[in-house]
Amino acid sequence: MTPVRIVGRATGIGLDIIAVSDHNSAEHTEITQEIARKHLLTVLPAMEITTSEEVHILALFETVEDCGVVQDEVYNAISTNPSYRHDETSQPVINDKEEILFFNRLPLINATSIPLTALIELVHKNHGIAIASHIDREYFGIISQLGFIPDGLPLDAVEVSFRVRSYQEAVNIIPHQNYPVVSFSDSHHLRDIGRRITEFSMEAPTVEEIARCLRGEDERRVRVVY
Amino acid sequence: MNLGTIRNTLSLRSFFEASASDTPIKNVYISDLLSDVIANSEEGSLWITLQTHINIVAVAVMKNIPAIILANGRKPDEETIQKARSEGIVLLGSDQHSFEIAGKLYAMLHPK
Repeated sequence: MTPVRIVGRATGIGLDIIAVSDHNSAEHTEITQEIARKHLLTVLPAMEITTSEEVHILALFETVEDCGVVQDEVYNAISTNPSYRHDETSQPVINDKEEILFFNRLPLINATSIPLTALIELVHKNHGIAIASHIDREYFGIISQLGFIPDGLPLDAVEVSFRVRSYQEAVNIIPHQNYPVVSFSDSHHLRDIGRRITEFSMEAPTVEEIARCLRGEDERRVRVVY
Repeated sequence: MNLGTIRNTLSLRSFFEASASDTPIKNVYISDLLSDVIANSEEGSLWITLQTHINIVAVAVMKNIPAIILANGRKPDEETIQKARSEGIVLLGSDQHSFEIAGKLYAMLHPK
């Protein structure tokens, strides 16, 4: 997965919007946006952030600046247990010529010390939206970790993985809560890109418009292609 | 074995005053996945976990868990303390990790 190849694959299969949502990091946002500029592809600033409860939250932002503010907070809150030995060359940041710019040496796979509720507040304060990732999964999902979604948690949506095959199946995971449901590819390899898409009927490819879709404002709609 | 004996023997800290010392404890469950506790813990068990989120109280209520031990020096969130107090769930803490606590509890519950 490099920015050039991600953009190539995404445009090749006709996607309009992608989010490059590395774990606890957004170092590839601007590089990928720059490459995508000459195509009709929107790249949203994003991160998949691990809360202190080890719940994954997908955070989408309107601007690189907002995302950067949250990234700084996340970096400060990543557990850096000195005994944790991770390969310091396993997280390269790669440019548009597929050259390594630098290595991200933080153990991004670790949890942060930011609790779920505080993280959602932090994302909202920076004009982002917070989506509980892969709630059907046994790893790092809000339901696997916390048993159920706490009442009144101000999530903007919940996300199900490509393994969920129908709307009914998604609803059955949270039968008594009516969060908007989205589903994304959660791609960890190029071949995963596009294995699940969600369509948003909206006026512009922005996070604000996505938020309005999730709230069902006016004629805006969300449709998962199961 | 009752909760008061366990609390005293293991020198557990209490996060608020609670009078449940004579609550009998027959079994212990250890897990940090709340979905797993809901699915697999025996009703009425004492529960050892690292999770401090408010949902631990709801899971305890659901499974008739009278007390939760937060291991490894974890501190509960303030709203977790409030919720535990109002639901009558005893919230205890230890600086030891789960294996150490479990070993002592196992010996207490299964004396030779």
